[in-house]
Amino acid sequence: MTKEMNLEERFQQYVDAENKVEPKDWMPEKYRKTLIRQISQHAHSEVVGMLPEANWITRAPSLRRKVALLAKVQDEAGHGLYLYSAAETLAADRMDMVEDLLSGKAKYSSIFNYPTPTWADIGAIGWLVDGAAIANQVMLCRTSYGPYARAMVKICKEESFHQRQGYEITMTLAQGSPVQKQMAQDALNRWWWPSLMMFGPTDDASPNSAQSMKWKIKRKSNDELRQEFIDKTVPQAEFLGLTIPDKDLKWNEETGHYEHGEIDWEEFYNVIKGNGKCNKQRLAARNKAHDEGAWVREAANAYAEKEAERRKKKSSAA
Amino acid sequence: MSNKDNWKIWEVFIRSRNGLSHKHVGSLHAPDAEMAIKNARDVYTRRSEGISIWVVPSESITASSPDESEPLFTPADDKVYRHPTFYDIPDEVGHM
Amino acid sequence: MQNELLQYTLRLGDNALILGQRLAEWCGHGPILEQDIALSNIALDQLGQARMLMQYAAELKGGESTEDKMAFFRDVTEYNNLLLLELENGDWGKTIARQFLFDTYNYFLYTELLNSKDDQIRAVAQKAIKEITYHAQWSAEWVIRLGDGTEESHERIQNAINDLWEWTGEMFAMDAIDEAMLEAGIGADLNKIKADWHEKASMILDMATLEKPEADWFQSGGKQGEHTEYLGFLLAEMQHLPRMYPEASW
Repeated sequence: MTKEMNLEERFQQYVDAENKVEPKDWMPEKYRKTLIRQISQHAHSEVVGMLPEANWITRAPSLRRKVALLAKVQDEAGHGLYLYSAAETLAADRMDMVEDLLSGKAKYSSIFNYPTPTWADIGAIGWLVDGAAIANQVMLCRTSYGPYARAMVKICKEESFHQRQGYEITMTLAQGSPVQKQMAQDALNRWWWPSLMMFGPTDDASPNSAQSMKWKIKRKSNDELRQEFIDKTVPQAEFLGLTIPDKDLKWNEETGHYEHGEIDWEEFYNVIKGNGKCNKQRLAARNKAHDEGAWVREAANAYAEKEAERRKKKSSAA
Repeated sequence: MSNKDNWKIWEVFIRSRNGLSHKHVGSLHAPDAEMAIKNARDVYTRRSEGISIWVVPSESITASSPDESEPLFTPADDKVYRHPTFYDIPDEVGHM
Repeated sequence: MQNELLQYTLRLGDNALILGQRLAEWCGHGPILEQDIALSNIALDQLGQARMLMQYAAELKGGESTEDKMAFFRDVTEYNNLLLLELENGDWGKTIARQFLFDTYNYFLYTELLNSKDDQIRAVAQKAIKEITYHAQWSAEWVIRLGDGTEESHERIQNAINDLWEWTGEMFAMDAIDEAMLEAGIGADLNKIKADWHEKASMILDMATLEKPEADWFQSGGKQGEHTEYLGFLLAEMQHLPRMYPEASW
């Protein structure tokens, strides 16, 4: 018991000194479990997050937009893959993680349970949802677990075009015809609050955050990150001539930050519970892809086994 | 859960353009070596990151243990005579 | 001559666009992340080729034409892609089979186009051939894996090849435009490609332990704008936004 305590204390000192934890290093069981949960949830979010945007690839209104959106959604598949890989260094199996997603046991970011009924939603997702994600991801580039941090560095590099892509779409609409401008405003109205919710509950309502901060898995609190995002985004909306749908939003000269209105946390928990417009469709789509892919994955394995067998025979005959 | 459709893990190493050594970039799943190379190409070189790929089954890698890091690595720390700065050469001799 | 060249360019461009559009439908729904990414890469290559060819077609057409006008403001009968490419994706086996049959053809076609006397077509071919060479390897590898994989995969890919076979004849049918382009040293001799294609397809199917189908009938008409019912739905989805707001830019 005391030995365990000592290990934990040493681990804390190691992390406090800004050292990276690597897969074979000793780590508290709870640190490992927290990481597996967080990284796999993050991976699930990337993969489920492909769906609301992918449904617009075939309908993108120009060829330039079509290739950019396809490349972006493809990147998200890549990011899911990098993150599953990072979790796998902690002896978690990707198949098990995927099973947890498909059965509804594992969570993913609730934002992807909102629908994308118009093209302007693709702009809003890139600008706001990716913007919020980037705030979180930049912080995670300095997370204490080495493989997670390295995955995040790669992801942040690739993400930089995503937000610009979304902003450019929104800007083109905002500067277009009155109908287009209305489309952009409507999308901002629908995505603004859910984007703020992406950072999670307020600091006083998120009890697990303290331990994650102590272990330097998280480096900034939910409220800090949310504030950063708001401060950055409000001027971007002003530039476009669009209105943030928050009548209580105002600049505070003293703090140098924007103050914002009350977030509807009831909606947040309701969507987490499964009552978003798209919860069921998203999970159904993932289950379908996985189930219908089983024979493909099996076939490739069967062929690999046969080939290995044939090679063995060949070399023993030679 | 069946293992029949579970592809094994490969570690991916990429040589970037500059004639450097192959460097570890991450991992992926593939049923066999040929497909691992193709998957690595599609996953890890989408932005012209490389000109050559190695893939190695993760299970084939043997790693040193962190518990042994002191006996493995600290003995080298005091062998300063392996470094050029250990030797005094007068400035007049020029760069050596 | 200018008109034949425009038609020829559109045939190439429409093949690339319609296949790219179909493959893009897979994004987010592939059998495993690695293959989702792989198929999106092929779709991006096809769409990239489509853009170059649409830009050239727009230039040949002149006036107010642009790549997007070409893509979004032509109706079913004005599209000149092979019928094979507008068929629905089906399962992974059918998508792979279609890809293999077309990639193999496209590889030999673009190899010929490397010698095209038309500078633009030649330039497109020089860029595209590297992409197409990879696609042809990739889809052949998958045909072999599915054919020589499990009983189920063997059956699925064999059925897909059988179903798609009647749509392959069109690839090699020379019409007046093909003849004119061949004569001008711009287009490819499809009879020559046909022999190469059959040889390669036989070899891969053999490696995959699959039977090469015998067809007594081949469908045709795509190159001349006579399409299946599938293309209308594909275009309705692809074109609806620019058509609803024809004055807007995006």
